[in-house]
Amino acid sequence: MLKLEKRPQPSQMWIYLTPLIAVLATMLAGSVLFAFLGKDPAVAIRTIFWDPLFSEFAFYYRPQLLVKGAPLVLIAIGLSLGFRAGIWNIGAEGQYIIGALTGAGVGLAFYPMEAWFVFPLMVIAGALGGWAWAMIPGLLKVKFGTNEILVSLMLVYVAEQLLASMSLGLMKNPEGMGFPGSRNLQHYESAHNAELFTGTGMHWGVVAAFLAVITAYVLLNRHVLGYHIRLTGQAPRAARFAGVIPARMILFCLGTAGALAGLAGMFEVAGPAGQVSIDFNVGYGFTAIIVAFLGRLHPIGILLAGALMALTYIGGEIAQSQLGLPAAAIQLFQGMLLFFLLAIDVMTNYRLAWQRREVA
Amino acid sequence: MDFGSISPVLLLASLMVAATPLLLAATGELVVERSGVLNLGVEGMMITGAICGFATAVNTGSPLLGMAAAAGGGAALSLLFALLTQFALANQVASGLSLTLFGLGLSALMGQGYQGIKPPPFPEINIPLLSDLPFVGGILFSQDLMVYLGLLICGAIWVMLKYTRAGLVLRAVGENHDAAHALGYNVVMIRIAAIMFGGACAGLGGAYISLIRVPQWTEGMTAGIGWIALALVVFASWKPGRVLLGAYLFGGVTVIQLNLQAAGVAIPVEYLAMSPYLITILVLVIMSADRSRAPGSLGRPFHASS
Repeated sequence: MLKLEKRPQPSQMWIYLTPLIAVLATMLAGSVLFAFLGKDPAVAIRTIFWDPLFSEFAFYYRPQLLVKGAPLVLIAIGLSLGFRAGIWNIGAEGQYIIGALTGAGVGLAFYPMEAWFVFPLMVIAGALGGWAWAMIPGLLKVKFGTNEILVSLMLVYVAEQLLASMSLGLMKNPEGMGFPGSRNLQHYESAHNAELFTGTGMHWGVVAAFLAVITAYVLLNRHVLGYHIRLTGQAPRAARFAGVIPARMILFCLGTAGALAGLAGMFEVAGPAGQVSIDFNVGYGFTAIIVAFLGRLHPIGILLAGALMALTYIGGEIAQSQLGLPAAAIQLFQGMLLFFLLAIDVMTNYRLAWQRREVA
Repeated sequence: MDFGSISPVLLLASLMVAATPLLLAATGELVVERSGVLNLGVEGMMITGAICGFATAVNTGSPLLGMAAAAGGGAALSLLFALLTQFALANQVASGLSLTLFGLGLSALMGQGYQGIKPPPFPEINIPLLSDLPFVGGILFSQDLMVYLGLLICGAIWVMLKYTRAGLVLRAVGENHDAAHALGYNVVMIRIAAIMFGGACAGLGGAYISLIRVPQWTEGMTAGIGWIALALVVFASWKPGRVLLGAYLFGGVTVIQLNLQAAGVAIPVEYLAMSPYLITILVLVIMSADRSRAPGSLGRPFHASS
């Protein structure tokens, strides 16, 4: 009989192999799915994974890779710190929304003044907004032991309602002819998170994402705080003996994740999205969970996983317009990726072994 | 503002309707958690059940077949979770999350072309004699079948956990899986059965929303009810009786909130719509003081190493 046998050490080979196999398995399962939907699987896979990068219109899609990847990477880096320490913040979508609201709020408050300090203030406000929103589950967990998973998720729905309220009320464009949504920050130079080099898709959010990757890498590999985060996740008891204060760890991980998600929201609302509107959030906060796991909670891995996930977003849009592939198919495709990843991950810690049935 | 337009009789009737999906999903999750497994995929299983039930009911014209399909769909999806956590020994939190993300995508895909359709009406049941009682009769005793089925399932689970051998075994597996294994119980199989029961219940709860409560299909229509059901299990300290109480309490909050919206209270609609989620958080905070009742093996992976 085939049995699982625990490995004495996690397999280094499988740690790197798992995401690759998961992506391949998802492509295979995705092909079956696309065939079911009456599309040629080979064409669909090529449209999603190849065309955005190498087709004749790739010059248009490549910048999108940075635009879509930046918020994913930024949020996922924050989430990965918590996930490593066993702190499950799954409400990044809410922190993203609140960061966008506080960031845009500061920008709109200064309108129409043109000054150099408006944008930096918006960045600070966005980070603070996301941080504060993540502090709610953090403080509740520290003070009362409340489950952070449920609280952070409930706050996503609260944030969505707040977003609707803001775009219909307080932040509504007074010159918007009664349409919902705020003033377009793209038309307000001091607040606009514009492309740094025209046509590259490079904006301040992309810079922040790269900085976050580097900082997280240094933190996890070269700093005692990163060591404590890893220790807390792998051996909570040992961590306590080593002098790690669990409450401080919880607040740090949730706060950092919240601030980064808030930043992502702020860069998005001031740049690619342009305005606060009811349908501003598109699920980056949830997709970032997949990115964090696909990247094995490692900063460099997250960078690669974020790029791949951004690719599926862009390729999905192309497949939607060219092949008529439903948007939901891409959502399902991304969900499958996490499934396969978790399933194949068993090989990191266990190996298959033939075992004869023995009489007890 | 017009509070006079809120009728207490209708309020009670709609409270029972609003509470039923929560009751079904939370009872299912209660069984799963009592077996020591934390399945965070309730939302995904509910929405999958909602579309499975809706599509089947529309295509066959039978709402009862729809309900059966919803239970089947929810259970099938939960089987994926069971495979991940029981055989591949994956992290339960991550697996549950992936189940929700997957279920949301799957339901959106399956629901293409079902938007804006009205499902066949669900037959109401008039319990003879009782439903003729003045005032309360019409409310309590002539609801649809699922309201009673929800109550029945919840009651049956209470009896099973408290008075039967099967319930004792389930609790043993949840409290200490190593001890249960040593006693010769098949921990993995018992847990898979519990997970599938939870999936079927969540599916029923989802279909109740799409077939009876709303009734139509829109993407993401469960809107966090699955997550509230998870919170409800914590609120109930893993006890079926308190799940019932909690479900009716939350049903009441939802209904009052909707009625206040309709009555045109000075509070903006968005802030009223937040209230169920905020109250869930509040309740979680109050209940988290007492964590002694959680099943001992909750969320811990089991691997027989013999």
